Amino acid sequence: MLNIAQTAQEAVAGVHDGATVLIGGFGNAGQPMELIDALLECGATDLTVVNNNAGQADAGLALLIKERRVKKIICSFPRQSDSWHFDTAYRAGEIELELVPQGNLAERIRAAGAGIGGFFTPTGYGTMLAEGKETREIDGRGYVYETPIHADFALIKALKSDKTGNLVYRKTARNFGPIMAAAAKKSIVQVSEIVETGQLDPEVVVTPGIYVDTVVKIAAPATAAAEQKVSK
Amino acid sequence: MSEKIGRDELAQLVAKDIKPGSFVNLGIGQPTLVSNYLTPEQGITLHTENGMLGMGPVAQGDEIDEDLINAGKIPVTELPGASYFHHADSFAIMRGGHLDVCVLGAFQVSATGDLANWHTGAPDAIPAVGGAMDLATGAKDVYVMMSLFTKDGQSKLVPECTYPVTGVNCVTRIYTNEAVFLITKDGVRVRETFGTTIEELQAKMEVKLLPAE
Repeated sequence: MLNIAQTAQEAVAGVHDGATVLIGGFGNAGQPMELIDALLECGATDLTVVNNNAGQADAGLALLIKERRVKKIICSFPRQSDSWHFDTAYRAGEIELELVPQGNLAERIRAAGAGIGGFFTPTGYGTMLAEGKETREIDGRGYVYETPIHADFALIKALKSDKTGNLVYRKTARNFGPIMAAAAKKSIVQVSEIVETGQLDPEVVVTPGIYVDTVVKIAAPATAAAEQKVSK
Repeated sequence: MSEKIGRDELAQLVAKDIKPGSFVNLGIGQPTLVSNYLTPEQGITLHTENGMLGMGPVAQGDEIDEDLINAGKIPVTELPGASYFHHADSFAIMRGGHLDVCVLGAFQVSATGDLANWHTGAPDAIPAVGGAMDLATGAKDVYVMMSLFTKDGQSKLVPECTYPVTGVNCVTRIYTNEAVFLITKDGVRVRETFGTTIEELQAKMEVKLLPAE
């Protein structure tokens, strides 16, 4: 049964200290800003966060890191021109970094949601990031064993949900949303609009509601304006 | 050091070499310039690893949409026939060998096609890999675009990479301001040179150069 929360704070209230949290988004596209802000407010700490990046500028994930709520981050691209809060925490030894090639990161999340106990991938074979990992030669090519990334929670952003939790996304803001929704024990989704069940064409649903536990409507002026422009 | 062929001319050459109908991923930086020279007649489809095929030019003015960006997080546009997919599918497209060509920048390339482009190995550097290793491993052909020599005259095409590698035996072709090199079973072949000769290049490089076939 889908939980429809009234506020972002209510949606993330169950996130406990020490939790592993998947956070959607690639840069700002698809980043669930309001859910992250609520997570900051609710005070949960000692978190392991999985995201492609390690926060940008002074918003969202960057603030969680600034406040030292994140003990470990699993990501592919932490260093950016505006990742100063991560850089400071990392150089001070106050955050642990597990660096994963982006496709391996995505596949490890997908594997968790799909019940796969790991996989052999050619990506990273022969590099620093494969050191200490099991390798295998398959048909003459080198592969590295990678494990699934399971999580307690996923915080993601979609365009619309219906009241059974079926989701549709918008353009490249889809990115990690569908695989994170499947990989977490509890998936919390912020959407711009919640429609009645039956109003989403089943053929265009991207994430089926079985993967979704909580949705909350967050009016997103920027996205809504863009949507209007597109529909013109 | 004056360049023998400009960055834009080089990008134009790469664009011309990509076969019509190809599915292509252009890396961040110099490779992005290639898109300026792809013609509609070539029918090339651009892939961006954050989940899109059919990427159009950089968005201008009203076209800018925060939900439509490329791997460099720059707002872009969509072309007719575009499609969106999630990250695991996007990297399956890459890893599964479905892309024809990927064009990347590099710090170094070895004579056997090892690529170094993600990390200088400096002890105080914060490492970041993004999709570099996936791109290096996935496409059928991996082209590198780079200047051939560092500012202090060291060749970036080397017998073995001294920087940490991104992928092994993955680069098939190197476009530089001095020459185009092909990585073949026989070794490194010089396809063409720009304002220099194979002998002049050989004098400055450790890697053994073979003439064009």
